[in-house]
Amino acid sequence: MNYLRLCVDRSRFEIRVTLRDKNAVFFMMLLPIFLLVIFGSVLSSNKIGSTNVSYSQYIVAGLLASGILYSSFQQLAIAIPEERVSGALKRLAGSPMPSSVYFIGKFAVALFVYIFQAIFLLAIGHFAYHITLPTSLGPWLTFLWVSLLGLATSALLGIAFSSLPKDGKSAGALTTPIVLFFQFTSGVYFIYTGLPKWMQGIAALFPLKWMAQALRGVFLPKYFARAEVAHSFEFPKAALVMFAWALIGAVLCSRTFRWLEKT
Amino acid sequence: MSVVDVRGLVRSYDGKCAVDHLDLTVEAGQCLAMLGPNGAGKTTTVEILEGYRRRDAGEVSVLDVDPAKVDKRWRQRIGIVLQEAHDLGDATVEEALRHFSHFYKHPRSADEATDLVGLTEQANQRIGSLSGGQRRRLDVALGVIGRPELLFLDEPTTGFDPEARRVFWGLINRLKADGVTILLTTHYLEEADALADRVVVIAKGRKVADTTPDELGGRDRDKVTVRWNDAGVERSEETDTPTRTVQRLVEHFGGEVPGLEIVRMTLEQAYLNLVNREEDS
Repeated sequence: MNYLRLCVDRSRFEIRVTLRDKNAVFFMMLLPIFLLVIFGSVLSSNKIGSTNVSYSQYIVAGLLASGILYSSFQQLAIAIPEERVSGALKRLAGSPMPSSVYFIGKFAVALFVYIFQAIFLLAIGHFAYHITLPTSLGPWLTFLWVSLLGLATSALLGIAFSSLPKDGKSAGALTTPIVLFFQFTSGVYFIYTGLPKWMQGIAALFPLKWMAQALRGVFLPKYFARAEVAHSFEFPKAALVMFAWALIGAVLCSRTFRWLEKT
Repeated sequence: MSVVDVRGLVRSYDGKCAVDHLDLTVEAGQCLAMLGPNGAGKTTTVEILEGYRRRDAGEVSVLDVDPAKVDKRWRQRIGIVLQEAHDLGDATVEEALRHFSHFYKHPRSADEATDLVGLTEQANQRIGSLSGGQRRRLDVALGVIGRPELLFLDEPTTGFDPEARRVFWGLINRLKADGVTILLTTHYLEEADALADRVVVIAKGRKVADTTPDELGGRDRDKVTVRWNDAGVERSEETDTPTRTVQRLVEHFGGEVPGLEIVRMTLEQAYLNLVNREEDS
């Protein structure tokens, strides 16, 4: 089987097997929708500052950015240590499958889960919570590149992170607080500009803040840019920060990835 | 022709020597059983040969390649059955085999592999729901899906009931008949006896025996015990010439000897003698 077909075969196998894990399906795919329902129901009528933007409309971008983090960073940071302990990685390392095919399969799962999350989130948001969706092509193209770059960055960081925990259980305990910390400081649940300056400063060093901000540029009206910290959605800077973290992730992966458990 | 050739293999962990100047050869088509107590260095040795672990010293060649420098082409030619695996639980038997068959140039089909290991009825069952013995047979199916020239089996029947073990031995003997070279590590002496052409005993990282199962620990030359029953009294005699002893008994009883048994040192006894001698030294 040639390389490309092998990548497709591996991706299909990984997605099919992931979908059979009911817990993973529930938490990974439905968590953002669940959060939208809660936050949207509690705060749906609130408007942000002097703008006409509803709170629900504001957090859609943040929830999508969180979805990127769940489906790639958190999913891989937990699944890979589990597979290291179960012997799955050792088995694959002992087979002729090229190592890169494994990572491509993992990325395919992240992409699949994210697409599923995004479609449900936007559909339910649109029909139940009056979320307005872009009507021109431009914002959707932005949505596409931000999502793909964000997924690639978070996936690389998730793979890099997977070398730290010794098993899946401790991986869950380690990644959950990290994900929560960045959600609260990066403008996912709270309005970013309303956060303390020092908190903004920390979040601005990491990619989630930039993913959320760039996605706000997709789902909020153009004039809302003035309400952002730099009076702009800063797309080029967002791309740069994500790309820089993707590079850091790639270097860490190539240095630290282990197929075998430590002896 | 040697499929595996090891000279002076050394590996230590944190200054503790796990494998100590080990020599090992496996000829093509042979089944070699590696025996030894826990912590003797069996798994370390096997994992170096499988290309999983580095070594500190020594020369190693597996299918004419140094496993420290293997590539994926070499992996086309070997099959590995790991000591324990609990992966792939959410895939079905057939899905996993079909997927893994795609990694190889000349694979067996998933059907052929399930048939070979006797899992045809379980083909559509989730791997997580297989019994221990079935799971192990699936591991073997995955190990041989690429038609390997050399198969590593690391403690393949641990935790089996006696019947499952016998079924499993039949499977390995079929692979042997196909000409697959096998390196087996096991705790079960009768398994080595049933499957191996040669046995190597390792203790404290050193080779203490390298022979055939029949000759291990000199059990082919050792004295034989002849037991019988004389008017309700258990009698026994150790002898180099059991046939002569039996002949004498036949004459004594004028025919059938009551409760006659002729016992050679079991493989297990020979093995324990070897290992204990090494541990005491």
